[in-house]
Amino acid sequence: MNRHTLDARRILCPLPVIRTQDRVAELAPGDVLEVRATDPGALNDIPAWCRINGHRVLEAGERDGEVVVVIEVGNSDG
Amino acid sequence: MSDQRKAVALISGGLDSMLAAKVIMEQGIHVEGINFFTGFCVEGHTHAIRKRDRARPKRNNALWVAEQLGIKLHIIDVIEEYKQVVLNPRHGYGQNLNPCLDCKGFMVARAYEWIREHGFDFIITGEVMGQRPMSQRRDTLPVIQKESGAGDLLLRPLCARHLPPTLPEREGWVDRDKLLDFSGRSRKPQMALAAKYGFEDYAQPAGGCCFLTDAAYSAKLADLWRARGRRDYDLDDIMLLKVGRHIRPAPHFKLIVGREEGENNFLEGYRKRFPHLRCVSHPGPLVLVDGEPGEADLELAARIAARYSQGRTAPAVTLELVRPGGESRELTVAPLPPAEIPEDWHV
Repeated sequence: MNRHTLDARRILCPLPVIRTQDRVAELAPGDVLEVRATDPGALNDIPAWCRINGHRVLEAGERDGEVVVVIEVGNSDG
Repeated sequence: MSDQRKAVALISGGLDSMLAAKVIMEQGIHVEGINFFTGFCVEGHTHAIRKRDRARPKRNNALWVAEQLGIKLHIIDVIEEYKQVVLNPRHGYGQNLNPCLDCKGFMVARAYEWIREHGFDFIITGEVMGQRPMSQRRDTLPVIQKESGAGDLLLRPLCARHLPPTLPEREGWVDRDKLLDFSGRSRKPQMALAAKYGFEDYAQPAGGCCFLTDAAYSAKLADLWRARGRRDYDLDDIMLLKVGRHIRPAPHFKLIVGREEGENNFLEGYRKRFPHLRCVSHPGPLVLVDGEPGEADLELAARIAARYSQGRTAPAVTLELVRPGGESRELTVAPLPPAEIPEDWHV
């Protein structure tokens, strides 16, 4: 398991979701990706994207005024 | 299981595409969604920016629809490719700068490319004949099939029975008798079908899901092209057109004035790219200056910025002017009276 980070700050939805989707596509099942965003919509949208595409949300919340979503990459090819 | 046919549905986040996908899923077809981000999508951007809208529930409707349907959704960034659709639409624009027919052709063409790359069999859209004046007419629906290259791999489940059978129907992958014959602008058939499927909560944006159908937004985009002397844009341009009050005192520069805290915060992200003004003697908005302003122009910009500060009735207001390199200086100016800001400066 490798841990990765993605800076999706200062962009608006759906771009944080698209960046997350594209980054997850490069990772292996079991890898963990921490996404940071400033669009509050990312707090709903990234977990929604994870649910429909078979990835696990380990954490979703706000830290220091930023949205933080931590994802464990699933076996899905989505 | 390996014989199961697969379709990709263009999911906008609205009701029609949701229903179209569901109609095909009901026939045992494996459906996944595809959603194209052009940069002009209305999707929550302004809600994300404006503080007063932050109390509203925020969701990406395309993701939400996919979750309701239980299907995967692939969101594709087409910002760069989409420029050719906006700048040079073969079929022209609709009422504003909306190139609806070219847009639909482009999206179906990209979906056609996607199904070939991913081993899917056909494409579904939520189009309804007669529903939209440009892209959903009896004579333009075949244009989309032809120009996208998708031909009869494009199935419109909601109005299929008004149209010639497509390959999925002829091959028996789907039962034509279970497809629908919706037409016209009435929403009643869609609402009845939604009720049948138990869909109670769905988005029905009045002007569609694209900023280009909005007259005020299109006017700002046309103004940008006129001022630059060329028709072009990047993502920052089109995002900034969604934010703030745009005031153009002269062809070679304009001001973008934050209207509230959320917009000011958003504009903060552009401080390094534009000269900007901020009131220091009174509370006031962040103001970006776009274009090629000279010294006298910056002083006028400062007077306009002062007019939108809480010092608007004071004899003098002090502002800080910061240039993209970081160089800054203070300016003390008399706020420009509203009567001296002509209506036609407001873009």
